[in-house]
Amino acid sequence: MKLNLKVWRQKNNDSKGSFETHTVNASEHMSFLEMMDVLNERLISEKKDPVAFEHDCREGICGACSMVINGRPHGPQQGTTTCQLHMRKFKDGDTIVVEPFRAKAFPILKDLVVDRSAFDRIIQSGGYISVNTGQATDGNSVPIEKDLALKAFDAAQCIGCGACAAACPNGSAMLFTSAKVSHLGLLPQGEVEHTKRVQSMVAQMDEEGFGFCSNIGACEVECPKEISTENIARMNRDYFKASLVSE
Amino acid sequence: MELKNNVPVGELSEKWTQYRSTMNLVAPNNKRRIEIIVVGTGLAGASAAATLGELGYNVKCFSFHDSPRRAHSIAAQGGINAAKNYQNDGDSVYRLFYDTIKGGDYRSREANVHRLAEASVDIIDQCVAQGVPFAREYGGLLANRSFGGVQVSRTFYAKGQTGQQLLIGAYQALSRQIASGSVKMYNKHEMLDVVKMDGKARGIIARNLKTGSIERHAAHCVVLATGGYGNVFYLSTNAMGSNVTAAWKAVKRGALMANPCYTQIHPTCIPVSGDYQSKLTLMSESLRNDGRVWVPNKIEDAEAIREGRKNALDIPENERDYYLERRYPAFGNLVPRDVASRAAKVACDEGKGVSPTGLAVYLDFASAIERYGKGEALSKGIKNPSSSQIIELGEAVIAQKYGNLFEMYEKITGENPYKLPMKIYPAVHYTMGGLWVDYNLETNVPGLFALGEANFSDHGANRLGASALMQGLADGYFVIPYTIGQFLSGEIRTPSIDPNAKEFEEAEKNVRSLLDKLISVKGNKSVESFHRRLGKLVWEYCGMSRNAEGLEKGRKLIRELREEFYQDVFIPGSADEFNPELEKAVRVADFLELGEVMMVDALNRNESCGGHFREEYATPEGEAKRNDKDYAYVAAWSWSEDGNHKLHKEELTFENVELKTRSYK
Ligand SMILES: Cc1cc2nc3c(=O)[nH]c(=O)nc-3n(C[C@H](O)[C@H](O)[C@H](O)COP(=O)(O)OP(=O)(O)OC[C@H]3O[C@@H](n4cnc5c(N)ncnc54)[C@H](O)[C@@H]3O)c2cc1C
Ligand code: SF4
Ligand code: FES
Repeated sequence: MKLNLKVWRQKNNDSKGSFETHTVNASEHMSFLEMMDVLNERLISEKKDPVAFEHDCREGICGACSMVINGRPHGPQQGTTTCQLHMRKFKDGDTIVVEPFRAKAFPILKDLVVDRSAFDRIIQSGGYISVNTGQATDGNSVPIEKDLALKAFDAAQCIGCGACAAACPNGSAMLFTSAKVSHLGLLPQGEVEHTKRVQSMVAQMDEEGFGFCSNIGACEVECPKEISTENIARMNRDYFKASLVSE
Repeated sequence: MELKNNVPVGELSEKWTQYRSTMNLVAPNNKRRIEIIVVGTGLAGASAAATLGELGYNVKCFSFHDSPRRAHSIAAQGGINAAKNYQNDGDSVYRLFYDTIKGGDYRSREANVHRLAEASVDIIDQCVAQGVPFAREYGGLLANRSFGGVQVSRTFYAKGQTGQQLLIGAYQALSRQIASGSVKMYNKHEMLDVVKMDGKARGIIARNLKTGSIERHAAHCVVLATGGYGNVFYLSTNAMGSNVTAAWKAVKRGALMANPCYTQIHPTCIPVSGDYQSKLTLMSESLRNDGRVWVPNKIEDAEAIREGRKNALDIPENERDYYLERRYPAFGNLVPRDVASRAAKVACDEGKGVSPTGLAVYLDFASAIERYGKGEALSKGIKNPSSSQIIELGEAVIAQKYGNLFEMYEKITGENPYKLPMKIYPAVHYTMGGLWVDYNLETNVPGLFALGEANFSDHGANRLGASALMQGLADGYFVIPYTIGQFLSGEIRTPSIDPNAKEFEEAEKNVRSLLDKLISVKGNKSVESFHRRLGKLVWEYCGMSRNAEGLEKGRKLIRELREEFYQDVFIPGSADEFNPELEKAVRVADFLELGEVMMVDALNRNESCGGHFREEYATPEGEAKRNDKDYAYVAAWSWSEDGNHKLHKEELTFENVELKTRSYK
């Protein structure tokens, strides 16, 4: 299949970027990133600068890949990362627009690569359970209801990719943050620090320059792990409760 | 050089406990003054950095990823072993120890393996306390499943995303230490050299990948937890960035590479489909709990399938060869990985492969779906369920256990594995070889430690499923925090290491000249193209089966390829900017050297054991033939520019298990 690619090129965060157009011959069995590999191989053979993009596992789990494809973070397929998207989802002759994940808190490093370290700092602000190595009791000492464990697991599936913030017109990180708050807060082990955790993670989110949440729901639609906005509702409730308590 | 493994004396089951209680300690006020560099934030590195930070050391932690959470460990699927015996099925620390020694085909060090089995129990407790959402039973207790090579159910899991959940646990523990200031994190920094002063490891040279600047980092000791080197094969199940560079730079500074030829070829991966392919995808071994492996009995049927005239469902039950169940009745589909992989190769070599390339066998869930469906119907009180009801109920059970794997399979292949059996083929997955370390996980370079997949220590010639996660976390949470004290207790009077010392200057120069050399070739071929060619060579001559002639030839071809690389590689851009092609080039340059040493090692080992199968050394039934008299040793290699790589041996002594021919029949 023959494709027309319009790819965003930008030297760094300070320079102005623009689209570059290329045609690529691809096979429908290729993954989207393999199609990008083909483009890069050609650029290199022409002694040109290849398109920079993040990727690593190519299995939909590391959260590195990050492209906005035809206006949608991770492209058109529901619940799928860019690396898991295959060319059979496109048609011969299609024009495909490829851009980086854009959000105020994600500066552009080069081309399609953005700096998502703000997410790490949100986790550092409280996205953990305070237990030192060696302090734990037996793993079966606290039974956890199966459904509860599964709910926590669903939230814990977040891969930290940033599609939610890139999808949100406000550039909000609510889905990411609330997923962590739910994962830990739903489990008995994480309940103890829950209130403090909610407050400090929300504060860090604001400090990083992520926008507010106005319940648009684009985050849930684009999230490759289909993390539910129920987590946002839960976090909002708990945040509200926490502010009442602390006042 | 004599290799001292420093295994403490005493009864096997008492060694670790006794050693721990008599070890040298570093007092809290001294810990604050001591700096430790940890390279890597996979399970091994993140758990080590977090725990060392908790203990009060000053830790600097490095990763070439943009976040610690992206380390390759994130992709582990199936599970983690622990000798908890929660299932009351006869498991014990000794049994886990024994299974691991046997699974490794008697090529690992008894004392290390026993310690690993002991630590396994604490790992699960630690992870649960951190909030790792392991799978649970209806009663709220932890669930288990089985993995290959064992007859108990000791694998803990979180759907097919166990590595993700464990790594996030370790990442969160690490994040907590970063927040507290005890760990300073350097993301997107790639270590490109180890700095030695007076023979001890005292720092690293790292390249800031965002800016290209070269940095010196000093510390009292250096811990490498930089993962495995499976990507020397180009196509593997490893993440694209996994590489040998950190370990290889250590080898260049005098550390030894142990058993580099021991690579694990995983039996259940999605087969190769085209030349453009960049990586292979694993289908977790846990699937062999419920999937049955088969090929058609008749070559004509296999041909018809390959040509698209028939599909799996057209082959009646009595015309299928469930070859693992037939050849290994005691373990059936759950034989260890090396055995299952070779059996798949044999079936395909006989012409019974089922994909257009001829390189695939079936992994079929139909029986499991039916079995589970009937069970569900019974427990839901449905009398006389219809067959479509049974299938629906059964598929739901399978979806709960392996849903994400089935989805992944469908996304990649476009086929629905609930309806048609999966097609699978072996692929490179894990490297048992790695930096030689003693009982303290210290390499032969004092102050240089290696953890996780980067070391060679626990899996012998073949690793059992769900044991790498266990080893990474054992090393990081429960071993290194103690054993590092053996070295550091002698360093409490050592002042901060000076990054302006001449050794740092020399190492920095070394790195700069390597980068310049690569950039200035300005040839005509991409880095990727060399990597791909290297991978083909290593797979062809040092893959699932090897022979002396092929290894000699492979070695020669790799040397030629290396020469060509330095004459004709093209790297766009410069060294002082963000430059992913340059990053790849450095890694491929090291793979080109490692690949040669793998062949040398495989050639030296005139026996078959575990993942190392030499065609000359096989039984008439095609099983591996070990030679304990001459090869019960660890082969640790030093690198030499002139090609005379030197072998150093650590004899393996077995005092607690009897060396037997491995049988899974
Ligand atoms: C698809 C797949 C599934 C698997 N499933 C299982 C399973 O179910 N159970 C199991 O037990 N095992 C499994 N394994 C094996 C297991 O995942 C790995 O062996 C293990 O995670 C390795 O952990 P590690 O901490 O040693 O290294 P990695 O997780 O590979 O981490 C390496 C770290 O080192 C850093 N690094 C490397 N080089 C440098 C450098 N030069 N400079 C700076 N940083 C560097 C990287 O950034 C990274 O942080 C699986 C492996 C694969 C490929
Ligand atoms: S919530 Fe979803 S979209 Fe957001 S970071 Fe997590 S996985 Fe990505
Ligand atoms: S490359 Fe890892 S999620 Fe896409």
